[in-house]
Amino acid sequence: MLIFAGKRLGALVLTMFVVSVLLFLALEFTPGDVATKVLGPYSSEEQRRLWLEANGYSAPLLERYFSWAANFVVGDWGQSIRFKVPVSEILWPRLGNTAILGIATFAVMIPLSMVLGILAGMREGSKLDRSISVTSIITTSIPEFASAVFVVAVLVFWLKLLPGTSTMSDGFDPIQLIMPVMVLVIYDFGYVTRMTRASMAEVMTTQYIRTAVLKGVPWSRVVMKHALRNALIAPFTVIMLQVNWLLSGVIVVEFFFAYKGFGALILEAALNKDIFLLEACTMITVFVAVTSQIIADIGYTYLNPRIRFA
Amino acid sequence: MSLTQTSPPAPKLLYRLISAVALLRESPVGMVGAFLVLFWVLVALLAPWIAPFDPNSTILPFAKPGTPNPAGGTFWLGTDHIGRDILSRLIHGSRTVLFFAPVATFSAYVVGVVMGLYAGYLGGRIDTLLSRLSDVILSFPVLVLYILVITTWGNTGFNIILAITFASAPGIMRIVRGLTLDLRNRDYVAAAQTRGESTWHILLFEILPNARGPLIVDACLRLGYVIITIGVLGFLGLGLPPPDPDWGGMINETRSMALVFPHMTLVPCIAISSLILGFNLLADGLREISLRD
Repeated sequence: MLIFAGKRLGALVLTMFVVSVLLFLALEFTPGDVATKVLGPYSSEEQRRLWLEANGYSAPLLERYFSWAANFVVGDWGQSIRFKVPVSEILWPRLGNTAILGIATFAVMIPLSMVLGILAGMREGSKLDRSISVTSIITTSIPEFASAVFVVAVLVFWLKLLPGTSTMSDGFDPIQLIMPVMVLVIYDFGYVTRMTRASMAEVMTTQYIRTAVLKGVPWSRVVMKHALRNALIAPFTVIMLQVNWLLSGVIVVEFFFAYKGFGALILEAALNKDIFLLEACTMITVFVAVTSQIIADIGYTYLNPRIRFA
Repeated sequence: MSLTQTSPPAPKLLYRLISAVALLRESPVGMVGAFLVLFWVLVALLAPWIAPFDPNSTILPFAKPGTPNPAGGTFWLGTDHIGRDILSRLIHGSRTVLFFAPVATFSAYVVGVVMGLYAGYLGGRIDTLLSRLSDVILSFPVLVLYILVITTWGNTGFNIILAITFASAPGIMRIVRGLTLDLRNRDYVAAAQTRGESTWHILLFEILPNARGPLIVDACLRLGYVIITIGVLGFLGLGLPPPDPDWGGMINETRSMALVFPHMTLVPCIAISSLILGFNLLADGLREISLRD
């Protein structure tokens, strides 16, 4: 167990290292741009050169990378060029906002997709199964930006129920969270539902379920006691992997609703070639993504004792 | 004429195509999907003939759907904020998406299939290396990857294809590798090895054709995702450069006016969703049929 965790942790560090190097190299291909972004398109060549020198961009690549990496490890994440404040000052509040969005999304999506998946997988091929399956294909087919447009069209334009953006400019407002969460859930629940359905349908064909049915156990008891425990192992992994999906999804949704979150921050950092902010954001993204996968693996073995760590 | 004479397997291929369509008839869901996809493919192919206006000419701004054009014709779906006919842009936009999505998916497949076949068949260090590499790429949220590639190297069509290939190939590699691990111990592979066929012959002509079933289903699903990706990039303003119509770009350009002129934004949203739905339903239908056999 310890060896397994150690291996995965090593892989995590390695992934972060590789990604950070690649990112540095990628941004290196566009050298003058950082200065142009800061000083504006009408700055002279001389001004840009002086700015690059003053901000330590003229040092050799390796030196810059290692000084960044050394500072990053001890918690000094550098200065954001775009926001002109230390990276950590802008990053954590944004991450907190996205965490709220993510938790709210999961809180709605998990129960919804579990119930639908179990109902559909319980009696494979039934009318209920077909309609749930088709519905989940349809909702997964609507990209987030499109469902955001639909949701806004109905709730804001037509019914005039909600405000059109979620800037949270006058303090935190749960009402502004409704539409972003709705859009994320619409896009994501179909996949988890189908995975739960597949797992449930598979369990329902096993011998022990047949035995339980034949010996006269009531249907609700067969489902609740015999089937559920085994059927919910696979969806657990799927849900943990959804964290990775969500990190992509929030970019679109936060951009659309002008929500001040982590996804919008990544987009802004990338568009402005804000290297320190972008590196920090990417490191956090990789960390969250890989950690959720590790938790998925460890949780899987707890839920399914037939699997052992190799 | 010479084509039909020199290619005897043509009738067989045609027969197989017809029987594949006949098989699809067993799945109503798959038929709906095939219909949606076919509809958009036809629209894309016939775009110059069926589009009522030039997609980039500015005629009459802010026209509501159904407004007649003073110079003849009707804006069936209205016009956008600078007066371009939305129906024409929609029709021409289908060309953009139906060109880039298949090309990008195909390119990802070429890379992924080669990597997967190689890793699965030969195993050893190459397998470990390629698998680790794909783990790194797959552990990365895809959209962040696309944004990084596009913002670093610019929003050209080639870069979009490159980014999609880079992000999708590892997933394809995993599937192909798994299938190859299973297929490489079959008798026909052993027979080919005994005949002394080259490794690439075995990979491409013995293993790959037998792995096609799951790959076709995956390709349909992946096409849907790639269309979403192209749409998202357009929506974020990172898609193909204007003025050529692109559905995601159309949504991005007009969404600030969506509260007053919802038709400008809704129409491309419906179009892109229906095309993705087509591919997803088709994939579901194909999977259902393949499981039945």
